[in-house]
Amino acid sequence: MLADRIEKANREAVERIFAGDPVLLDVRPAADVIAGLEDRVVLHAGPPIAWEAMCGPLRGAIAGAAVLEGWAKDLAEAERLAGSGALAFHPNHHFDAVGPMTGITTRTMPVMVFENRAFGNRAYITVNEGLGKVMRFGGNDEEVLARLRWIASDLGPAMGQAIRSLGGIPLKPIVAKGLAMGDEMHQRNVACTGLTVRAIAPALARTMGEAGKLATILEFVSGNDQFFLNIAMGMAKALMDPVRGIEGCSIVTAMSRNGTDFGVRVSATGDEWFTAPVEMPQGLYFPGFDEVDANPDIGDSTIVETVGLGGFAMAAAPAVAGFVGAGGAAEAIAHTRAMYEITAARNPAWTLPALEFAGTPTGIDIRKVVETGVAPTINTGIAHREAGVGQVGAGIVRAPLACFVGALESFAATVGAT
Amino acid sequence: MDIDELLRAPLRVVNVGLERFTRDLHDQGVPVIEVDWSPSAGGDERLRELLSKLGS
Amino acid sequence: MSGPVVFNRVRRSFYLDSVALMRLARELAGQAGVDEAALMIGSASNKQVLADAGLLADEGRSAGADDLVIALRAAGEETGRNALAYAEGLLERPQTGADEAGTWRPKTLASAAEALGDANLALISVPGEFAADEARKALKAGLHVMLFSDNVSLDDERALKAEARQRRRLLMGPDCGTAVIGGVPLGFANALPRGDVGIVSASGTGLQEVSCLIARGGCGISHAIGVGGRDLSDSVGGIMTLEAIGTLDSDPATRRIVLISKPPDAGVADAVFARVSQSRKPFTVCFLGLETVAAPPNVRFAPTLRAAAADVVGENLTPAPPDFDAAAPSDRGWIRGLFTGGSLCAEAQVVLKAAGVPVVSNAPIPGVAASPAEGAPGHVLLDLGASEYTVGRPHPMIDPAQRNKALASAMGEREIAVVLLDVVIGYGAHEDPAGEIAATLAAPADGPPTVVASVCGTADDPQGYDHQVQILEDAGVIVARSNAEAAEIALRLATG
Repeated sequence: MLADRIEKANREAVERIFAGDPVLLDVRPAADVIAGLEDRVVLHAGPPIAWEAMCGPLRGAIAGAAVLEGWAKDLAEAERLAGSGALAFHPNHHFDAVGPMTGITTRTMPVMVFENRAFGNRAYITVNEGLGKVMRFGGNDEEVLARLRWIASDLGPAMGQAIRSLGGIPLKPIVAKGLAMGDEMHQRNVACTGLTVRAIAPALARTMGEAGKLATILEFVSGNDQFFLNIAMGMAKALMDPVRGIEGCSIVTAMSRNGTDFGVRVSATGDEWFTAPVEMPQGLYFPGFDEVDANPDIGDSTIVETVGLGGFAMAAAPAVAGFVGAGGAAEAIAHTRAMYEITAARNPAWTLPALEFAGTPTGIDIRKVVETGVAPTINTGIAHREAGVGQVGAGIVRAPLACFVGALESFAATVGAT
Repeated sequence: MDIDELLRAPLRVVNVGLERFTRDLHDQGVPVIEVDWSPSAGGDERLRELLSKLGS
Repeated sequence: MSGPVVFNRVRRSFYLDSVALMRLARELAGQAGVDEAALMIGSASNKQVLADAGLLADEGRSAGADDLVIALRAAGEETGRNALAYAEGLLERPQTGADEAGTWRPKTLASAAEALGDANLALISVPGEFAADEARKALKAGLHVMLFSDNVSLDDERALKAEARQRRRLLMGPDCGTAVIGGVPLGFANALPRGDVGIVSASGTGLQEVSCLIARGGCGISHAIGVGGRDLSDSVGGIMTLEAIGTLDSDPATRRIVLISKPPDAGVADAVFARVSQSRKPFTVCFLGLETVAAPPNVRFAPTLRAAAADVVGENLTPAPPDFDAAAPSDRGWIRGLFTGGSLCAEAQVVLKAAGVPVVSNAPIPGVAASPAEGAPGHVLLDLGASEYTVGRPHPMIDPAQRNKALASAMGEREIAVVLLDVVIGYGAHEDPAGEIAATLAAPADGPPTVVASVCGTADDPQGYDHQVQILEDAGVIVARSNAEAAEIALRLATG
């Protein structure tokens, strides 16, 4: 019977998620590890999109990357180049990668390498640049590019060397601890960033010759409360990829936004993207900015929600609920409880103290989303809608239901129910 | 619990629909929880049919 | 007065969550005269943000990563200083508790059952087209079901009941919104004393009338199981009636069983009686509209709801009716019955038919003519809860508006001698149905008909039996002690 077949497939999916053993393995230049990342290829967040349809921050970040890679001498030339068809744009997800906000990945950028040791698959993501005016929020001036060059010349190699010397850093335990310390791994990564510094600092000290450079690196990493976000994303990608392509499985394997469209992938329908226009986040703004400055929702970071963290684990981080509501424990718990209604299982490895140590809601079932009309809750940063400005706030956004309706129809056809 | 057991057990009720039944039961000290009900798939006939084929 | 001024204040060694600070900043920026405001921990990157926003002054520049910067731009000196003081006040303000609005409500039956823990029954009253789906989910979740909704298709009903039987679950209803399980009224039901009488009923108001008469007669109810108006039809085959009889038969708290239904299809009646004959408990059976029936020896047949209750209580519930001669009109005429309960309408038809009086109804019992409209001549007994009156409207037991209108209209018709009413109280029913009637009767009418009513309910019901009777009597209504008695009184008034 079809219903039993789907149940069985979905059980298989969550068992694969739970069996996953993601490890941060290395940091390498993207071109060395991401197969097919050629010259003049730009990987971006979200489902596929043409230059003409891209939002301001995405264009801005691409222009910055083109200058960084030496494809253009300045931003104006970079924009012309990008519009001329001389650059190829592809989703990170098509290259085993993810990226926060604009999510730009090009050849010379160092990427963290993750391996899911239970399944042998790998995932890649750039190193988090810090807060404020940064490329992931569409920043592209000399300050932004200089920081990226430093990440490529100093931070990336030093981290890679230290992590290699450790034989990799297992990530599930760090996340488990972070949940108990108030992180939900999307908006809130303070604890996990600290835990990562704790894990890596001795190895950095041992493998780096120069105390001055070591201090700069430690200052940079520990001064960025969101440093762990990219690690959480790479880990989530490494955990979710083995779930792709299970026959009869209605579990979401990726959610992602390019600033114009929101895209969803479902296990049984393989690599097809189901898209709908992205929504505007609701939230709080930095001084000097408000709603009119905000860009619509953007980034691959929703891979964190896909694996059951971020908005799904809101119960761990009551303050984050304050971006839209009053921000109390009951409200945070309500967000997580709502996500139980659209997921297949609870993750025994990641538990929420505020919910009597119930596991995080895991395995978004498109049937349940369509049935209940409850859209996944996503915690997110908010970029300025114009290129070059950067982050202006943070908040909460819903995945558009239309993606899930489209996915359900295609899924039904795939399993022969029409 | 089967029917015979139900008659011996204290009722614990899930109320789906009229809110006044929740109040009535609550006033009588019966444990009751109210479903924040809305029609499946927003009442969309075609999607409801699809969902029922897919076992939801 | 000069232009806008930037104010900074630094609190040393202070930390508050950044989301909380952003919320406070929004509140501060909402103060009159404040252009822009920010509260930020004084890290280098935050100070850059403040500088970019033109909010950083010398004091703020001195802040470190363990300090809080309050920064704002205001219209003038005094406004700015006041705003800083206001911001300090915000930081001192005690935090209120959890926000009620944020509390979670389950969206689905399954998650509600899980959240409640050990849930054992689902009470379903969503619109009929969605009700079967919910009932299916409830059965799947292992719950017993009280399906209060009507307009559930016969196919769905049969399938649901078959599934319930297979899972050893009760599926009460549909279209019979009454049950009392272990003393707990569900749907339309009354506050009844516990006792040893079990009831199985395919009729909602039939169950209410019998159980209330039994209660007012001094006995109590173990369980009253409403099986749905169509359960004893050929299509459903009495599935739940048989299940309910079975469980009451084995229930040690139940010593005798009352079975109520409109006349069942013949094959189903045989099956039911075959099961009844296996029981050692005495049964009272009322198939409303049948005068007698061939039944096993442990069955006594009752032609009316009142007779069924009297059989249980063991005394005659029909002593001399109350004194109503004073109210008798000089002219004889027609009876207009305006019922909210279908079985109460049926029982009144039984009374009139037994007296040999011709009667028509929109919900006729066997041998009574169907009348489509309320304006027809003759004795007309109308079930205002029938689907032609309730599609798209609340049931008249919940919302009396429809009956008020019919009552007001009947009070102005010269050919009508007696208006016959039921007043159903209890859980689920309107909070003051007698008051609604009294208010409708308050409008003066020329030579109005006499109004006769009975109250279906108990002293412990939220509306209170005695209180409702008093309201009706104060409004000049003759109140009978049962629905059957009300019909008898109406008959005497109208026909002499």
